[in-house]
Amino acid sequence: MRRFTWFNATALTFGFAFLYLPMLILISYSFNESRLVTVWAGFSTKWYGELLQNEQFLKAAWVTLKVAFWSSTLATVLGTMAAYIMVRAGRFRGRGLFSGMIYAPLVMPEVITGLSLLLFFIAIGLDRGVLTIVLAHTTFAMCYVSVVVTSRLVSFDRSLEEAALDLGCTPFDAFRSVTLPIILPAVISGWLLAFTLSLDDLVIASFTSGPSSTTLPIKIFSAVRLGVTPEINALSTLMIGIVTVGVIAASLVSRASTIKARADEQRANQT
Amino acid sequence: MAHPRPEVAFAPWDDPEAKPLIQFKNVTKRFGDFTAIEDLTLDIYAKEFFALLGPSGCGKTTLMRMLGGFETPSEGTILLDGVDIGPVPPNERPVNMMFQSYALFPHLSVWDNIAFGLKRSAMPKDQIGDRVEKMLKLTQLGKFAKRKPHQISGGQRQRVALARALAKAPKLLLLDEPLGALDKKLRHETQFELMDIQETTGTTFVIVTHDQEEAMTVASRVAVMTEGKLAQVATPDQIYEAPNSTYVADFIGDVNIIEGTVEVPEKGAADTAVTIRWANHKAPINAYSDRHLPAASSVHFAIRPEKVAISSEAPEAANVVEGKILDIAYLGNISTYHVEVAPGMVIKAQATNNRRISRRNLTWEDHVYLSWTDTAGVVLTE
Repeated sequence: MRRFTWFNATALTFGFAFLYLPMLILISYSFNESRLVTVWAGFSTKWYGELLQNEQFLKAAWVTLKVAFWSSTLATVLGTMAAYIMVRAGRFRGRGLFSGMIYAPLVMPEVITGLSLLLFFIAIGLDRGVLTIVLAHTTFAMCYVSVVVTSRLVSFDRSLEEAALDLGCTPFDAFRSVTLPIILPAVISGWLLAFTLSLDDLVIASFTSGPSSTTLPIKIFSAVRLGVTPEINALSTLMIGIVTVGVIAASLVSRASTIKARADEQRANQT
Repeated sequence: MAHPRPEVAFAPWDDPEAKPLIQFKNVTKRFGDFTAIEDLTLDIYAKEFFALLGPSGCGKTTLMRMLGGFETPSEGTILLDGVDIGPVPPNERPVNMMFQSYALFPHLSVWDNIAFGLKRSAMPKDQIGDRVEKMLKLTQLGKFAKRKPHQISGGQRQRVALARALAKAPKLLLLDEPLGALDKKLRHETQFELMDIQETTGTTFVIVTHDQEEAMTVASRVAVMTEGKLAQVATPDQIYEAPNSTYVADFIGDVNIIEGTVEVPEKGAADTAVTIRWANHKAPINAYSDRHLPAASSVHFAIRPEKVAISSEAPEAANVVEGKILDIAYLGNISTYHVEVAPGMVIKAQATNNRRISRRNLTWEDHVYLSWTDTAGVVLTE
């Protein structure tokens, strides 16, 4: 039933234009020769060059990458553990509450998450800096990881773990040498998702960052208040690029594993 | 149906001196309100090929999982070699299991799957290779050692699962519906392979199956289970020839069950002789029972269709019944005749087709005689 009609084509064009036109404008102006953002004066990559000279931006970028790496790693460990317990522990008292609480940050307004984290850090006397942003990002990214890993674990054949136990593994050894290698694609795509989420977070980071730990989104936001420069356009274009690569990689990893699993099943059925 | 064994009859269960390898003592297992196993006592001896047979939901898998350590009994104890294994976790039991889904590790090669358990045992590294090679040879998998589980056929996967479970030389091997995923022909071949391997390795096998033919073929003893209890534990031929209840008789193979009441015995008749009245105006059934049955007690007479002869002229036999052929099921080597002997009462008789189909003289609506000897059937009170 795939047929080309003018209606379909129009709907598609409008839909995508709505989603991507602003970004396209931003990307194209990042290659603008002129300093004036809204006046086109020819193609140039000089703003990218100037961006690389800007130490403040580079420092912020480095902080952002560090935060994204550590928070996504921590979130992956915690999120995988939470998912494992949710799927494996069976029914226990407070299971519903526990699972609800894992997923709550998904729907919680970021401002509230950020504010509560800020109050918490002040209460325990933790100076705001890279560490506090890492902790804050871990908090909200781990529920995303947990969702991704849970969906994989649900379809995981439990008898594989029982076989590992039966062959002499301790429960931890069984998880490490059987469960983890098999669910690894889901864990990796969870990590990539957490990494991208951390990379472009502004609200929570601005609540929990200190003077020495400005992340890129905060830097851009404050720079824009003084006027949009082509440099910011260039920087934003780079960030769009990184996030796109991250999201595509995450979906490719999980799709490849689904396709492989399906192919294996098919081969198994044929023989 | 029992397979012949070359050596002296293997029957430790008849030897009061023999010490069982596994003892279930009054074991009960409950899942919430549901009782999966109810007050079960059972002995299994070393080197046995023991089959747990029953319909799904009868508790046979739960019984096996308790041996593997994946379930713990709610009440009672399970002894392995005289030791209570209740508190022992699965990874410390000298028991290995072959899973119904095979549960091969998809990320490991056939070789690594088989070596998996050995690497986690006390076995020195240099001996692991030899042991794996030995297992590969035993299961004829040498060519596939490097392949991943999804690159081999179902039958080969089944053998990898067996090799992996046998690699650690367990005292007891549990097989959960091991042949369920194979097609019928391969299943028959594999049954004989399993028996060979069991005899070569001398391991005690406990197999769970719902396929009665499979249980009869492979097992030294069969336990027929129903609703968490043992209906009968006996050798395959005893189960078939001398079932202890209508449930077992009906579950194993095809059977005619005739309800009746015991008649007052004639003077001078043997103690064990029983005559059963089953319909008005019909001659009573003559049979034997191993215990005394009081007159007028209601009983079931069970007889296998292949023990009922069919002919068009009245034969000389202990039991002869007239009837009319309602239906004929032609199975190639044999035919089963459904004969109506009284209104609504059908007895099945089986005959070997030793003549070509065109030469058979029995057909629908024919008036025939069914006959059997007085020792052909069993009298059941349950």
